[in-house]
Amino acid sequence: MKLFRNILNTAKPHFIEGGKLEKMFPAFDAFETFLFVPDHTTNSGSHIRDAIDLKRTMMMVIIALLPALLFGMWNIGNNHFIANEESVSFMETFLYGAIKMLPSILVSYIVGLSVEFAFAIFRGHQVNEGYLVTGLLIPMIMPISTPLWMLAISVIFAVVIGKEVFGGTGMNILNPALTARAFAFFAYPAHLSGDKIWIADQPVNGTVTDVFPDGYSGATPLADYYSLSVEKGKLASAVIQEKSEKTITAINEKIEVIESRIPELSESFFGFISGSCSETSTFAILIGLIILVVTGVGSWRTIVAVFFGGYFMGLLFNLWGATDFMTLPAYEHLILGGFAFGAVFMATDPVTASQTNKGKIIVGSLIGIFAVLIRVFNPAYPEGMMLAILLMNVFAPLVDHYIVESNIKRRLKRVKS
Amino acid sequence: MQDLANIFIKSIFIDNMVFAYFLGMCSYLAVSKTVKTSIGLGLAVVFVLGITVPVNYLLENYILKEGALVWLGDSFKEVDLSFLSFILFIAVIASMVQLVEMIVEKFSPGLYSSLGIFLPLIAVNCAILGASLFMQERDYSTIVEATVFGLGSGVGWFLAIVGIAAIREKIRYSNVPPALRGLGITFIITGLMGIAFMSFMGIQLEDSKKTVTTEVVVSFDNNKTEIN
Repeated sequence: MKLFRNILNTAKPHFIEGGKLEKMFPAFDAFETFLFVPDHTTNSGSHIRDAIDLKRTMMMVIIALLPALLFGMWNIGNNHFIANEESVSFMETFLYGAIKMLPSILVSYIVGLSVEFAFAIFRGHQVNEGYLVTGLLIPMIMPISTPLWMLAISVIFAVVIGKEVFGGTGMNILNPALTARAFAFFAYPAHLSGDKIWIADQPVNGTVTDVFPDGYSGATPLADYYSLSVEKGKLASAVIQEKSEKTITAINEKIEVIESRIPELSESFFGFISGSCSETSTFAILIGLIILVVTGVGSWRTIVAVFFGGYFMGLLFNLWGATDFMTLPAYEHLILGGFAFGAVFMATDPVTASQTNKGKIIVGSLIGIFAVLIRVFNPAYPEGMMLAILLMNVFAPLVDHYIVESNIKRRLKRVKS
Repeated sequence: MQDLANIFIKSIFIDNMVFAYFLGMCSYLAVSKTVKTSIGLGLAVVFVLGITVPVNYLLENYILKEGALVWLGDSFKEVDLSFLSFILFIAVIASMVQLVEMIVEKFSPGLYSSLGIFLPLIAVNCAILGASLFMQERDYSTIVEATVFGLGSGVGWFLAIVGIAAIREKIRYSNVPPALRGLGITFIITGLMGIAFMSFMGIQLEDSKKTVTTEVVVSFDNNKTEIN
């Protein structure tokens, strides 16, 4: 530590006002405050509500992300070795996943931070450490097979269009990590959706079903549930239209295959399923949730509201029960896919979420409702969490506006009376 | 009943005038500076759409369409006045807008002055003519469906303009690069909102007119091959 301090102290005169590298001060400042607790607090950004430096808050989020990240690494290895029918030790599995994951994290940090530094120096604002979290989140919510160049382009889009054009950290309206994923999702749909993207280095020869061991596929459970519901619908219409027995048995067989690979509840809760790197294990995410809520970094109001909204909508669909997908138990909606991850780490983003306490509850529950709604109704996206959060990010300022207005009205009344 | 609900939801979210078709952008960009005025303009657009679409529906079905004049007598069976549809639609819209203008001026002078030129300009708001033309193209079977479609499109436009107005009020304190201040950043926000609204694209509400849409596609393909 002393060593760093000494290096910084000798370098500092060049960067402060009047020094040779005055223009580079934001870059220097970023390093200094990253390594040491600074003697000043963050002073820009619309979301500052506290007298601590923003970096400390962000470090807390990263600590909360670690369980999900570590589990995700192990799960990448696990999925890979199951798909290739190899059995290896715990450490090997973990190392395989870590080696797969590290390049993505590095690319995301290097590309994103260089864009951030360039903007900070050019526009003369502080390098804000929001990117430390964003840069870790982006690889965690991308499928592991995403090519690195694609990751880099999405990162640049998210940082420049999603954040810097609004003036940097604290000014953006959409969550940058989700902006990156949405950009990649719509720009390269073939690489971001489907069955074959969730597992690193699949066996390439032949089709998936030929090579994979019985009952194993790369499809995420949500996609499985969706195709199950489609097949059952086909079966019903085939029976009504009195199709030949051959087609009916063929559909029946398909249903059995899909049913056999739908995971047990405990499996999906602990996360031994396929999906983006870190979203699978609800258990690891819950550890993160506890860290966030205890330290007061994440808003418990948002988290509770999101889970409640999703559960409520799931129950409603259970009552309706028009298609097979609607009968999926409401609690499964909360466990499968990115729901828990989105609720804990994305919806609580202090910048883009609602700023008022009432608004947090309203926006949070709407996120849950829309996520389940999109999952059930929209065949194009079996996973609705990302788009539900983005949608509510768009409307959060409106909700805030009305809550503030009603507060003003109420207080005016009080003053008058 | 379910059909009507489908049309309503579809026209608000899935076929949103602003985010799916980018119609009515001029007043959407110009009047979205504060939430209050944008609500006024949004309500005016909902009102105008809710009246002009059914009126134009009647025009379309009883005067303009081929064979629509048959109620005058059998000799009018062959008459096709559809070439007049643009001018008649616009005339209806313009007169409705005059009506709205008078109402707003009478009851809310403050809003009238803050909307300024954009209130009479609703007459040339492409979302409004667009809704009438979509109504013509999509062949709604009853006037109730057409009304619901008009109101739904209006509500969708209303949501879009109120949403962006709240965002613009929020980012007033942001440090936007000077070159992008004003309209530039508004365009970028619109694009980002469009990404968020993509969540609804592809939702299939049970559509009783599925056969009609496929027919349209087929005939379109035929046209294309003929042109080639």
